[in-house]
Amino acid sequence: MIRTEVSIAGVSLKNPVITASGTFGSGAEFSEFYSLDELGGVVTKGVANVPWPGNPVPRITETSSGMLNAIGLQNPGIDVFIDRDIPFLKKYDTKIIVNVCGRTEEDYCEVVRRLKDQDMDMLEINVSCPNVKEGGIAFGQDPRALQHITERVKKEASLPVIMKLSPNVTDIAEMARAAEAGGADAVSLINTLTGMKIDIYRRTFALANRTGGLSGPAIKPVAVRMVYQASHAVKIPVIGMGGITCAEDAIEFMMAGASAVAVGTANFMNPYAAPEIVRGICEFMESQGIRDINEIIGAAG
Amino acid sequence: MKYYENCRLLSQREIFPGIFDMTLETEHIAENARPGQFIMLYCNDGRKILPRPISICGADPDTGHLRLVYRVTGKGTGTEEFSRTPEGTVLRAEGPLGNGFDTDRSEKENIMIVGGGVGIPPMLFTAGSLRSGKTIVLGFRSGTFLADEFEKYGRVYISTEDGSAGTKGNVLDVIKTLEDRPDRIYACGPAPMLRALSSWAEENGIPCYISLEERMACGIGACLACVCRSAGTDPHTNVKNKRVCSDGPVFLSTEVLL
Repeated sequence: MIRTEVSIAGVSLKNPVITASGTFGSGAEFSEFYSLDELGGVVTKGVANVPWPGNPVPRITETSSGMLNAIGLQNPGIDVFIDRDIPFLKKYDTKIIVNVCGRTEEDYCEVVRRLKDQDMDMLEINVSCPNVKEGGIAFGQDPRALQHITERVKKEASLPVIMKLSPNVTDIAEMARAAEAGGADAVSLINTLTGMKIDIYRRTFALANRTGGLSGPAIKPVAVRMVYQASHAVKIPVIGMGGITCAEDAIEFMMAGASAVAVGTANFMNPYAAPEIVRGICEFMESQGIRDINEIIGAAG
Repeated sequence: MKYYENCRLLSQREIFPGIFDMTLETEHIAENARPGQFIMLYCNDGRKILPRPISICGADPDTGHLRLVYRVTGKGTGTEEFSRTPEGTVLRAEGPLGNGFDTDRSEKENIMIVGGGVGIPPMLFTAGSLRSGKTIVLGFRSGTFLADEFEKYGRVYISTEDGSAGTKGNVLDVIKTLEDRPDRIYACGPAPMLRALSSWAEENGIPCYISLEERMACGIGACLACVCRSAGTDPHTNVKNKRVCSDGPVFLSTEVLL
């Protein structure tokens, strides 16, 4: 019998596979393909205090082994989210991790306060979205701003707080330490890398927002390196993500130091990607004689 | 119900420069497909990670055969890969997706079917599924494709921008000359065509249903990439936009802002 359970800040996930925010909505669309019970957790699309309309289209474009997106954190606002999405997810035996976005520190805090009495498991604070002008990444590229917003959110929160870090920084270890110093219970990384694509026939930008966030297999080596550096810089757990498309990728992140992994862009490459990765991890453990998944966390050294 | 399955490419040929006619053998997709719906077709080149949305031109529920007529969008694109894929190759597809046109209409109604360019293929499936009387208007840039296949479903009018077939001009130049008023319009084509057609239909008080296109990632309503602007606040998104893939691709023209 193999053990796939991992623990993040006292929350036990039946397996280390969760979804990456923004690629999975609140799970309803993917629940037409498989039961969300199969996942360790669902991380919902970022939600703000009020509805956000997002950016103009085109919002996505493909790049070699990757994609750029500039959705702009379109979301229905916290009221609709609480009324509709949390009750939907409660039907499943999986952990609910709500991703929170905002323009100001107070916006984030308002959402966190609204979620105080909700039946859910963790908060993920998105301070790393490259596609909105205000808020988002502004908090995620300056260690002092990151520590400050982490402290404020932690004061309001009744659940464990995961700070989602941006890879668009010089020193990821410093950012992870800032989140830990602010009281974060965990960090997740990486969010997307800022990129650009030009449509050479139209002589203009492929995305209406001009820049977008790069995700997919193209960014995986960068993500593995940053997960390794962050996990060596802090004592809190690290959730790894960035281009995971198969169980072998997920195991690589865990050996680099991740206690759990998130599947994002791969959901677009195959709607069954996340549960297939769960099964693939079990097969790998059986074939390698690994009895407890926790044995491989940070196994690379 | 949506399916994600391996499909065998049964046949493919270029029916017009850059326009390919492909038949796939599907397990469930063809059986469940409705006119106006689309599939996501995945590339076998692993560097092309996103599936391509392609409208359904025909579906045979008995054989499971799914017909796709699509345009190659350029050098090095996913559609170019599809066009070079040999018969017998397995391609992954997800579908059927989207809402489609309402084809459960009375035979007393007259429905105008309008297709422009690569928006024509889904209108063939739609025309073939309607009991109603049909007037069919097809617009092309230069030369025609699929037009003859529409003839068994109703009177076909053609426009070409260069006058190489039918009326010289666009579909609206043809429609304005027709005497019979349709009860409703079903259309798919480029945005300028849909914009002009929608405003003509609104001026004349004719309900006009249009199929939209947008860049998509997930195809099922999760990623919010393919939104269009909507006239009112959408109940799902809670803002003034709708998801083309799952709320559409077919919308009543007055619901959306083109």
